[in-house]
Amino acid sequence: MQQSDYKTSVDLAAAVSKGDRPALAAALNLLDDQRASARSKAAELLAQLQLNQEFPDKHLIGITGPPGAGKSTLCAALISVWRKRGLRVGVLAVDPSSPISGGALLGDRLRMQTSYEDDGVFVRSLSSRGQFGGLSAEVWPMSVVMLAGFDIVLIETVGVGQREADIARLCDTTCYVAQPGSGDSVQFLKAGILEVPHILVVNKEDMGNVARRTLAELKAALNREHPDGDWEVPVLATSATKHAGIETLADVIHQHHNALKAQQKLVSRRRRYQTYWIHKRLQEEFGSFGIERLGGEQLLLTQLEENELDLLQHYESLRARLNKV
Amino acid sequence: MSQDTVKRDRPWLMRTYSGHSSAQASNALYRTNLSRGQTGLSVAFDLPTQTGYDSDHPLARGEVGKVGVPINHIGDMEALFDQIPLDQMNTSMTINATAPWLLALYVAVAERQGVDPSTLEGTTQNDVLKEYLSRGTYIYPPVPSVRLTTDLIAYTVENIPKWNPTNVCSYHLQEAGATPTQELAYALSTAIAILDAVKASGQVSEERFHDVVGRISFFVNAGIRFVEETCKLRAFGRMWEELTQQRYGVDNPKQRRFRYGVQVNSLGLTESQPENNVQRIVLEMLAVTLSKSSRARAIQLPAWNEALGLPRPWDQQWALRMQQVLALETDLLEYGDLFEGSHVVETKVQELIAGAREEMARVESQGGMVACIETGYVKSELVQSHTRRMRNIESGELQIIGVNCFQETAESPLTAGDESGIMKVDKKAEEQQIASLRSFRSNREHSKVEQALHLLRAAATDGSNIMPPSIECARAGVTTGEWSEVLREVFGEYRAPTGIDIAPLSESASEALIVVRDRVRKTGKELGRPLRLLIGKPGLDGHSNGAEQIAVKARDAGFEIVYEGIRLTPSQIARAAQEEGVHLIGLSILSGSHMELIDDIFIELKKIGATDIPVVIGGIIPEEDAKHLLQNGLKAVFTPKDMDMNSIMDAMVTIIRKAHGLELSA
Repeated sequence: MQQSDYKTSVDLAAAVSKGDRPALAAALNLLDDQRASARSKAAELLAQLQLNQEFPDKHLIGITGPPGAGKSTLCAALISVWRKRGLRVGVLAVDPSSPISGGALLGDRLRMQTSYEDDGVFVRSLSSRGQFGGLSAEVWPMSVVMLAGFDIVLIETVGVGQREADIARLCDTTCYVAQPGSGDSVQFLKAGILEVPHILVVNKEDMGNVARRTLAELKAALNREHPDGDWEVPVLATSATKHAGIETLADVIHQHHNALKAQQKLVSRRRRYQTYWIHKRLQEEFGSFGIERLGGEQLLLTQLEENELDLLQHYESLRARLNKV
Repeated sequence: MSQDTVKRDRPWLMRTYSGHSSAQASNALYRTNLSRGQTGLSVAFDLPTQTGYDSDHPLARGEVGKVGVPINHIGDMEALFDQIPLDQMNTSMTINATAPWLLALYVAVAERQGVDPSTLEGTTQNDVLKEYLSRGTYIYPPVPSVRLTTDLIAYTVENIPKWNPTNVCSYHLQEAGATPTQELAYALSTAIAILDAVKASGQVSEERFHDVVGRISFFVNAGIRFVEETCKLRAFGRMWEELTQQRYGVDNPKQRRFRYGVQVNSLGLTESQPENNVQRIVLEMLAVTLSKSSRARAIQLPAWNEALGLPRPWDQQWALRMQQVLALETDLLEYGDLFEGSHVVETKVQELIAGAREEMARVESQGGMVACIETGYVKSELVQSHTRRMRNIESGELQIIGVNCFQETAESPLTAGDESGIMKVDKKAEEQQIASLRSFRSNREHSKVEQALHLLRAAATDGSNIMPPSIECARAGVTTGEWSEVLREVFGEYRAPTGIDIAPLSESASEALIVVRDRVRKTGKELGRPLRLLIGKPGLDGHSNGAEQIAVKARDAGFEIVYEGIRLTPSQIARAAQEEGVHLIGLSILSGSHMELIDDIFIELKKIGATDIPVVIGGIIPEEDAKHLLQNGLKAVFTPKDMDMNSIMDAMVTIIRKAHGLELSA
């Protein structure tokens, strides 16, 4: 079915919520579409999806870490565990793009080896589209579409600087995958460059002593209490290629989700993060000057947090205001 | 001086790489070739056999009997060598991932013929490492694959002492874009990886190990730059002699000799004015024959029309006659080494050796060849070299007659006529093969099969040599698919790095590329998001040069690229295209199974409701097939004739614009 076959955003939202694959593809294409006509439809779709739904039982998970740490293989291993547990998984994989041509090789899909013929897995790759370091702004609305259609949504990206911070302000649970033998992760944590993740993983446990040393260093460097409060950051060892420690990791991820729910933090935090993304999009499009014209960052964030449901529509009206002046 | 008073060297082994349709048809072909003066056999297996699938496996559809002969079980192998006594034959088998299995079948057939297996002579290619870099018929991850290679070597050195257990291939590296230096470095690094693994396996005693070194042979490529190629082979000889002595302590000069067979370059053969390929092939043959001290042991030449489709028996005969004229009519074999004492040649040899040593050190410092394959280092280096070559062709710096210069031509009588100058595989061959496989399966003793597979699994798991249980499987009537499946279950399957994540070439973009890039950007703007392209290689064919080059070029032109490597099913490709929201699907198929595969892709797209995504294909597609495909909804066919990749990019943008109802002139 083609995008145009969904007559209204209500139809499209209903199909997405059922996990209908052509509808999911169409919805993601729509959210990616920068044309004015598409943007208002996208806002409608998002409002529709979030209408009376907060998806507390669904889980948005970020996996980040330096290149070569084995994130994609780890994701593949996690996906197979979740599938065995009967959970449907949507993935957003973010790859860097070339600043010169704008072109990009979206290679994570290959590294994840997830071309299963399985309706319970859906992978959309994204390029960072010239956002130096950061995640492109489409990731946030796309994650909402994915949450509507799947039990678990995984966002995977090379985490350095801004991109890692963006992931932390998008996901319910952030996992940082450290590279054994490289002291970088430890240094970043100590220096506070790295936002503290909810779960730390040393993959490639099969590297033996090197991995064990990194594990010990991370444990020592880390203040185990997460700044969010009420969560002690676990440091786990896995080997994605040997499929060791993956079940435990999936369990710990699930525990964090339960903890958030029990503490009534999940939904309120997601709402707070949404305002962050809207602010980020406006800032990218209109600069700090634009934000000032809307009354400054503080006022903007407060207004956004008060507006519960159709944030994207609110955002579009703010854009319209800025474009008019 | 009359010919009979002069002492002439014995000519090299002359082979033709062949096999097609079925064991019976290939057997008839072999016997004809032998009666025409061919002196050895070179067996081409079809892709399902090479990648461990039976002919009736879904992935084998359209591939059975296409690029070689299908061998499913001992019955097929027996038919292949019917009336060819194996004790009088020297047989080369181009087989890698499933090499232990095909050798096991060969041994079992020898037993049935009443031939003592220990007297068998021949070669199994058995170099799986290059499969991850080029050609693509690997199955298992590198480490267990090398273990299978090692088992075959350890077994033959003890039990079939005249067998060449492995043919380290630099051939396919050149096809994947390797420069002569890279060819030297990576082939020798591969040999080191294999020999080190044999040593580490502990299966071979210290004295026997020198025999192993002595039995390693090479399979080399010879390109059109035949002077440099001559020097490359001299460099190979010298480096191997030195390496075997210094690294492995082999003193016997006979065991340190660089023994090699050759297939000359297919990469440089052209689809346009294909008759020019004849002189290319002859010149390339000179590179491996002129110098006595580095002359090939065995030569097989491609047919002039390889870039058009499958060669006919007459085309292969022509290739054989080229060798015979050189060996028997000319005076080449009457002389010693023609280049002895040439300063020019010596300087070039030294330069190649120095470059190769440097690259070998780089590989070694990164953990050796296996590690460099796993990380994708070597693959990326090759993709980079090939990209450079393609760019030089585009810019005209590298001249290829009939392709980027002297394109005008009179109509060729060679490609006229009903057959358009290529062989058509009998469409019934696949059906017949499947029927015969099914009847074979139902007529065997199942308990024996089960027992043999049980032994195979045990050996795969506990690390004992894989050959004895494989021979047991061959005798018991196990099939190729069953043998491979047991090992898949134990070892797992593998997807190799694609190597396309190379940095854009540093030199500034050409005028043509800038124009295309603008059009890509503009069209993306009009459609609301950047243009996305999925590049897919359906089927079992692993020749991925074309797909890789298109991917790199499209990235540089501003497309967002999804490419997951070789051997995907049509359903996987269709689903990925939908998930990724691509604007166009580009397929690459070189095995001749394009008709079936394209049909399947359209069926799958329909099934998932994604028929609005346009599909194009690149590959070796005969004109008649192209017409048919275009009528059935395919949007474009690109063949080796389309050397200008910027034009291909431009054509793809036009197709996307058309599919979305945008103005075409923009």
